[in-house]
Amino acid sequence: MVEILIDIGISVALLLSIVTLAAFLTFVERRLLGFWQDRLGPNRVGWEGSLQVVADMIKIFFKQDWTPSFVEPVIFVLAPAIVLVTVLLAFAVLPLTPGIGIAGHLNIGVLFFLGMTSLTVYGVVLAGWASNSKFALIGGMRAAAQMISYEVFMGLALIGVVMQSGSFDLVKIVEAQRHLWFVVPQFFGFIMFLIAGIAEAHRLPFDLPEGENELGAGFHTEYSSMKFGMFFVGEYASIVLISSITVILFFGGWNGPFLPPIFWFMLKISLFIGFFILLRAALPRPRYDQLMSYGWKLMLPLSIINVAVTGALILSVPA
Amino acid sequence: MPDQISILNGDSPFTNRLRGHFPGACIAPQTIAGIAETVWVEREHLRAIMLWLKQDQDQNYGLMLDITAIDERVRQNPSHERARDFTVVYHLMRPQPLSEIRVKVALSQADRNIPTISDIWPNANWYERETWDMFGINFVGHPLLLRMLMPESWVGHPLCKDHYARATEHGPFVMPEETEIKEQLALQALPLVSGIAEAGEDDPETMILNLGPNHPSLHGILRLIVKLKGEEIVDIVPEIGFHHRGAEKMAERQSWHSFIPYTDRIDYVAGVMNNFPYVMAVEKLAGIVVPSRAQMIRIMVSEMFRIISHLVFFGTMSQDVGQLSPVFYVFTDRERALEIIEAICGFRMHPAWFRIGGVAADLPAGWDGLIKDFLAYLPKRLDEYETLVMRNRIFKARTIGVGEFTLDEAMDWGVTGPGLRACGTSFDYRKAAPYSGYEQIEFDVPTATRSDCYTRVQLRLDEMRQSLRIIKQCLDHMPPGPVKAMHPLAMPMPRELMLHDIDSMIPHFLNASWGAVIPPGEASVTIEATKGLNTYYLVSDGNTAPYRVRIRTPSFNHLQFVPLISRGAFLADLIAIIGSIDFVMADVDR
Repeated sequence: MVEILIDIGISVALLLSIVTLAAFLTFVERRLLGFWQDRLGPNRVGWEGSLQVVADMIKIFFKQDWTPSFVEPVIFVLAPAIVLVTVLLAFAVLPLTPGIGIAGHLNIGVLFFLGMTSLTVYGVVLAGWASNSKFALIGGMRAAAQMISYEVFMGLALIGVVMQSGSFDLVKIVEAQRHLWFVVPQFFGFIMFLIAGIAEAHRLPFDLPEGENELGAGFHTEYSSMKFGMFFVGEYASIVLISSITVILFFGGWNGPFLPPIFWFMLKISLFIGFFILLRAALPRPRYDQLMSYGWKLMLPLSIINVAVTGALILSVPA
Repeated sequence: MPDQISILNGDSPFTNRLRGHFPGACIAPQTIAGIAETVWVEREHLRAIMLWLKQDQDQNYGLMLDITAIDERVRQNPSHERARDFTVVYHLMRPQPLSEIRVKVALSQADRNIPTISDIWPNANWYERETWDMFGINFVGHPLLLRMLMPESWVGHPLCKDHYARATEHGPFVMPEETEIKEQLALQALPLVSGIAEAGEDDPETMILNLGPNHPSLHGILRLIVKLKGEEIVDIVPEIGFHHRGAEKMAERQSWHSFIPYTDRIDYVAGVMNNFPYVMAVEKLAGIVVPSRAQMIRIMVSEMFRIISHLVFFGTMSQDVGQLSPVFYVFTDRERALEIIEAICGFRMHPAWFRIGGVAADLPAGWDGLIKDFLAYLPKRLDEYETLVMRNRIFKARTIGVGEFTLDEAMDWGVTGPGLRACGTSFDYRKAAPYSGYEQIEFDVPTATRSDCYTRVQLRLDEMRQSLRIIKQCLDHMPPGPVKAMHPLAMPMPRELMLHDIDSMIPHFLNASWGAVIPPGEASVTIEATKGLNTYYLVSDGNTAPYRVRIRTPSFNHLQFVPLISRGAFLADLIAIIGSIDFVMADVDR
């Protein structure tokens, strides 16, 4: 009974901290972008603007929750929930440290993660369709095409890690990296996984579903108030998710000397989050067809080669 | 009074050639300040003469710069014995070797019909629509003679002299609900009227997407009706006029002097660059010679604004292909440039700094230090942008080969400025017909071999470096002397003289009470503005206000060209193309 209560406690605490962290990232991103773009960013609310998130949350909660008359109301409301829920569910299998995690020892951890990120696309596509707006529709279409293409080699890119550790269990994968992080033997796998991950979180340069320059706001053009907020938090939560899974699969998870495991884990994911934001500050956005041909013609063959070479090496070198 | 304003009856070699080719046509020459040739022709021979001027090997007037009209009905000093109620004016140009002509056709009020030339020069299409809109002149044979700047429901033709000039001349504005519904329906009808969509058409392959008038990437209030096949563009119909403020009509109510600030707002990122052709045209009419220091100051401040305009272009262009940071960097640089402008002029974006006969005041103490700092600062930043943007592989993939056009297409559509130079020609008006002392200044004209989005950006980056060179020379060789011409039409007489004798007292009093009375005549001045050729064509009727001001802006043509170069491109390319064309909606609509 007590164990169940503890599990529930950990789940709730994790859920809350992830959502809070994701919301806080909106502030971190604006400050970092400000720093890189020779400007200040939000610095008025609280110490150095640290309470900006609170102000934004108050604003977004109290905005009129408006559903335009021309939309498909049920799906329109459901879509942002799908995005946020699937992203949060994926966190369930992540072992933050040996002790902290909801279902850390799930023997299909990697597959569960892939499944949940794949489901996210439904939220985006349905939002685009249910909005009954041409800009949103184009955004939704782009999202579907992009995420399906990048999903394919995302799975293939991390097969190398699974082959080396011999398990789909994320805890075992982290433990297998006690001596050597998988980023070294699986460097190409890491690069490809990271690219697919950025596409999965649809961040610049892979933010075509939003494509603000041509599409206004893409699939969430018609959304406002907290329904928009859920897309927003969902996007930042998926940044945290992709950063965490990258750290777990390739950078030894919580492993690190002297300091407590949670510290190492947080440090590593912070670096990745910073990298994501830096990308946004630095790169232009490729065109839709360029993105697709990059995914199918370059990344997919490379990831297959990576799997083949890894397999050949594992088979040729006796354990 | 300068004699070139007066009507000459002598025939030039050009008129004689024209007569030789068209023996039956009655051709009369007229001399206008600033233009080598002006000929009056009859309506019946217009098309043949235009075709000859464009296609004959020796004439080869490839650029159709402008079509406009003048309502002559209340003019006291007609420019020519041929003038009747309306005059339609065509402005043609051959870039190399430079030659410009104006062709005028007189029309009577009862018979305001004239054959179209939109099949000879495709860019005449919009000009003819504008002239129809503003003067009610019917271009017979025009493919789609809709209003251009005014809404379709507008009653009357605004630039006619009998049309009211300001809202206080008619009753209060009301918009009853039925009018509103009618206007809304008219907006919805445009895709059908323009032929981009067919009524009852239900093709599952294509989709009509309405971009604008409010859209984050359209650089102003512009509506593009885009026909899409998937994400591929089949056709575009632009609708403009949302930014129309009637600058040409306003000019007819302003004194010659008080119109200067209005010109600032035409191409609103280029500030005093807009004053330049206007004041030069007035000076031509009045016969004012500008002192060399004032000329040098004008060049220097204009080139500062060329840099400012190109910086804004560069930032927004990289933003248009999704790069978020450069726009902040260039605005930091622009801020530095604007601080110098503020130190010199007292204003930032719209200084209205040029005056008839010079500039408003002398340079402030310490101006050279500010310019020197800027000259040392900007080149490093430009190199940085070169690395950050121009060498970025995604940026290259997004821009190289996108929105490409050939030299012939560019000429046919009246493209000027960096867009034309990217096609390989080195036509720069500052070199071809130096004005205001550009002939003393050394600079290169950057060119490219093919005009696509990438080269158009590259060219503007190079032009900024050339502008820095020009500013450096202005700094080193700034001549001493007055900054304003001592001319009764340019400035009030100095107080000592005014108090001393009646001959100075009278012009002082007239200038202060009415404003300058510019002698009757016509003048036209073209400059190489930031975006292309900007022409001011002034008609004076010997009054305190202009009789007609025609503002030819480069963006008008460039925007008209967008559908042609966007066909077959992707939706995202359209945004890149629009960015690379570098237009300002106020420059289109005026």
